[in-house]
Amino acid sequence: MAVKKFVVGIFTDEEVLFPAIKKVRSAGYKIHDVYTPMPIHGMDKALGLRDTSLHTAGFIYGITGTTTALTGIGWIFNSDWPINIGGKSHFDLPAWIPITFELTVLFSAVGMFLTFCYLCNLAPFIRKHHFNLRSTDDQFTMVIECTEKSNEQEIIAFLNSVGATGINTQVAEAGWWIGRYDNDKTPFQQKGTALA
Amino acid sequence: MSSYKEHFEIPARYKQWSLGLMTVGVISLIVGFILYGTHDQGTRFWATLMHNSVYFLLITNAAMFFFCAVTLSLGSFIITFRRVTEAISAAVIPIGIICFVILMCIVFGGHTAIYSWLDRGAVAKDELLKEKSGFLSVPFFTIWTILTIGLWIVLGYKMRKLSRSIDETPLSREEGKKYIFKNTVWAAIYIVWFALTVAAVTPWLWLMSIDAHWYSTMYSWYNFGSCFVSGVALITIFVIYFKNQGALEFVNEEHLHDLGKFMFAFSIFWCYLWFDQFMLIWYANISEETVYFQPRFNGAYAGIFYLNFIINFICPLLIFMKRGSKRNWGTVTFMSVLLIFGHWLDYYQMVFAGEHISPNHVPLNLFDFGIALGFVGLIMWQTGRVFAKYPTLAKNHPYLKESIVHHT
Repeated sequence: MAVKKFVVGIFTDEEVLFPAIKKVRSAGYKIHDVYTPMPIHGMDKALGLRDTSLHTAGFIYGITGTTTALTGIGWIFNSDWPINIGGKSHFDLPAWIPITFELTVLFSAVGMFLTFCYLCNLAPFIRKHHFNLRSTDDQFTMVIECTEKSNEQEIIAFLNSVGATGINTQVAEAGWWIGRYDNDKTPFQQKGTALA
Repeated sequence: MSSYKEHFEIPARYKQWSLGLMTVGVISLIVGFILYGTHDQGTRFWATLMHNSVYFLLITNAAMFFFCAVTLSLGSFIITFRRVTEAISAAVIPIGIICFVILMCIVFGGHTAIYSWLDRGAVAKDELLKEKSGFLSVPFFTIWTILTIGLWIVLGYKMRKLSRSIDETPLSREEGKKYIFKNTVWAAIYIVWFALTVAAVTPWLWLMSIDAHWYSTMYSWYNFGSCFVSGVALITIFVIYFKNQGALEFVNEEHLHDLGKFMFAFSIFWCYLWFDQFMLIWYANISEETVYFQPRFNGAYAGIFYLNFIINFICPLLIFMKRGSKRNWGTVTFMSVLLIFGHWLDYYQMVFAGEHISPNHVPLNLFDFGIALGFVGLIMWQTGRVFAKYPTLAKNHPYLKESIVHHT
């Protein structure tokens, strides 16, 4: 990742936020992300995000779990250590189903959890820049990325016109990096100037 | 809220089809009676009637259960199409009466091949059946059947009436709260009764007692899973049909997605119970218990047994897993029809592999399908009639807006 320049617009009302997103997108600005205190229905559609591929990953993990269970039990009961249990045959599919089911669920749950954390850049000892701390409380934050073609002042004026209540510019690392929130000397330093 | 069509008009073709299917049913009934009704106690004839009437009664009744369960959990997504579930549940009235008549004919006609516990002499000599004779007896069967079907009809009628009662009167906020509370109370009463019937006693009495010596406490839940999945499938088919005919303007892919999710989830629930019942008996391998699976798993019904598993579990699992397929009208319609057929087959092997009915060969033929089509016609006729009679949208329901903007 790289350090980039962002224009941050702060909104206090989702009724203003939705049309603002529409206008910003149709004006052609590049929205880095929108941070909200709670999940908002329809936000993904408004932002034009593609469907997550988390469930595809989950399916693959599940299949892996099924295969692991069946091959594992099959190998143990047929070639490694065959035991006569209640006179049943060694290849005993119905008896394996509960364990197969459990391993399928376990693999897909753990795998999806870790994948989800990776996709959201969540992990211990990982730091990410916060554009606006109050977006965990009562404010909606729209972050627009400045590319080499965009004019910063123009974006600020545009955000003002669509109803942002606070606008500032920040130069920040866009991705995550190794670091700790509790150890940082200036953990939540604002790297920009408030304008409005 | 833009304008919408308040009333639905039944297309002439729909009426012709429902009447045609009912005619097919009546013709099958007559032909079946001539072919099977007179010799060998008419077991084949009565078993077919019982299989179909019980199955279609349970799935139409599942529509009311679905409606009450969503009401009780304060669910809102159902409001845009709740008149469809109400209309389907109105079919409980004619089918319930038909089913009651058939069951009473079997019990009072002394069809010992279907219910072997009807044979007083055999029961007196049989230790196991003597112990069960309090439960498996004509008075208990009759009273419980009357109560079951009667209360389904009465409580269903109450819920439908409650739903229509606010069609002309817009509610204030306070009245709305009271209305929702009143709805949850009646829905709760219905669900308690549903739990005591479909999820407990009734399938034991109607279906499990065909194999009078055998028992499984899981049987009723397994029945519940079966009828709930096919009930939701039935609702979905009608929702899609009425939407195609220009009614239900506010139903969109989001609602379809939720119905698809219900079918997906409860197919897995059904399979869980179906497999558990099988696996515990298979594992313990006690001859009193395995007798049930002898014709079904090893004998003549093995094909239906595996087909059942493929249609009712593998197909929904793989096809409904993708988000896109739950939002595709065509795929969902296809899967709904498939699931209704699959669970019809499930009930078929429950009834016909019974110890005295036909454990050694599968007598499935056109007669069964004819009677099934007759019931389909009856459901179509009653649902269409009731749906057209009342406004298609519960326009004053407090949750209406939430339902229209519903987003999954």
